[in-house]
Amino acid sequence: MSRAARLIAIGWRHHVRNLTASRFFVVTSVFLPILLSTVAFFMFRAGAREGTLLYASLGAGVMGIWSSTLFGSGGAISWARREGTLEVLVVSPAGYFWVLLPQTIATASIGLYSLVATLVWGRLLFGVPFAIAHPLAFVVSIPVTVLGLGMLGLLMASTFVLYRHANALSNMLEFPVLFVSGLLVPLSALPVWVRPVGWLLAPTWGMRAVRAAALGGNPWPPMGVTVGLAGAYLTLGALFLRLFLRLARERATLALT
Amino acid sequence: MTSAPAMTGARATLRVCLVGGLISYRALFNWISPALYIPTMLLGPVFQILFFVYLGRFVQLRDDSFFVVGNAVQISGMSGVYAGVMAIANERQFQTLSALLASPANRPALFIGRALPVIANGLIVSAWGFGVSALLLHFRPAASSLAPLALVVLVSVVSCTAWGLTLGSLGMRFRDVFMIANLAYYLMWVFCGVNLPESALPTAMVWIGRALPMTHGIQAAREIAAGGSLGGAAGLIGVELGIAAAYLVAALLLFRLFELEGKRRATLEQA
Repeated sequence: MSRAARLIAIGWRHHVRNLTASRFFVVTSVFLPILLSTVAFFMFRAGAREGTLLYASLGAGVMGIWSSTLFGSGGAISWARREGTLEVLVVSPAGYFWVLLPQTIATASIGLYSLVATLVWGRLLFGVPFAIAHPLAFVVSIPVTVLGLGMLGLLMASTFVLYRHANALSNMLEFPVLFVSGLLVPLSALPVWVRPVGWLLAPTWGMRAVRAAALGGNPWPPMGVTVGLAGAYLTLGALFLRLFLRLARERATLALT
Repeated sequence: MTSAPAMTGARATLRVCLVGGLISYRALFNWISPALYIPTMLLGPVFQILFFVYLGRFVQLRDDSFFVVGNAVQISGMSGVYAGVMAIANERQFQTLSALLASPANRPALFIGRALPVIANGLIVSAWGFGVSALLLHFRPAASSLAPLALVVLVSVVSCTAWGLTLGSLGMRFRDVFMIANLAYYLMWVFCGVNLPESALPTAMVWIGRALPMTHGIQAAREIAAGGSLGGAAGLIGVELGIAAAYLVAALLLFRLFELEGKRRATLEQA
């Protein structure tokens, strides 16, 4: 196994175990999406629009992955700052990028809990049918979406190095991304100015891929876009991290809380 | 001239309430800065309103006003629940709880004083939500509705703050009070009719919602925003006030209970 792959695998395992030991994190990433999905189920059921509850169920599930990613990525640097480990991690021989990358993938992976929980919740309580149009594509679309969201988390986390109140920013970003990425409301139903913003976000395309795989349609093009965006986020995240870490060290603001 | 030790009775209680409340707010929330406040309390809630208004339009459930009013009132709960919890639970976290409990301060005055800045903050957040909705979503209640609407929001914020103080009292005993606050805040979305009419919810959920803060306040606000009179919504406002009083009493009783238990078991400062 190459050095990078080993760092990612060990870092991912460490962060998954660490985060799932936190009741606060698990409740936030699993229970809250279930509550949101419950609201969505009731709204879809009571509304006049014809349609499948599976549409809402999948949207609410991806919302859970987003919540987990946002919370974990926003917290990654803040927690390290608070625990006094940020400087040690930054000067580690591996480089901080290889510390942060598995952490953001781990937070998005934990969001899978919420996807599964939301689907099970919808099936048990609301009788949401779980009939998948393209099972293979569905199975592929989930990790692709997680990857896309994880890389978006990395990009965000890299910019949080310079921002002391990263948690506040991550609190703020929850609804904007839910809004502009069409997780429950399609982009076509949103204001025109929102759509180009949504196109730049991996959750938009990951959601399209998951829905096309589950409800019918061609899931492969949106999956390709998700992977492409993940690559772009990864590149930008690495560049930003290098730039912002240098600035934070020059200004001696790295450890400031 | 009245000396400080002689300053007793109503004046001392008022001082604990107003001056003590303000000082404790500044001390417990000294970490709040514009860089924290603006994203969390102002920008995030705007997108919450937009999200649910557009979701409501998409599923064709109700008109925009239903979601604007529900969410603009509910976002004040962020202040009520979280700040209400922190107003008590942070004393434990900051290791100042013992000093506070050793003081002879009147406990209801202590509670109400801590609630006042939280209530003021909730009003600001809710007013911001309504203001932005007027700009972005053309939410236009009649001018004559504005004062009654403000009164209903005030009652709802008071009620929610009392609920937050009740949860905060649990922080005297339980470690994970912020997790409880998180759950309580989000449960309000499901049960309090923020985005759902009662007719869309199962009966059991409707009854749970009726025991929670904001449910009646949101209903009253919707009636008034739709052109109803304050008198017409008086029943709902009265129930909301009753719920506020009940939670305030519960908060005081729990606080007293956990104070006595904490002293007896020497666990007050145990994190």
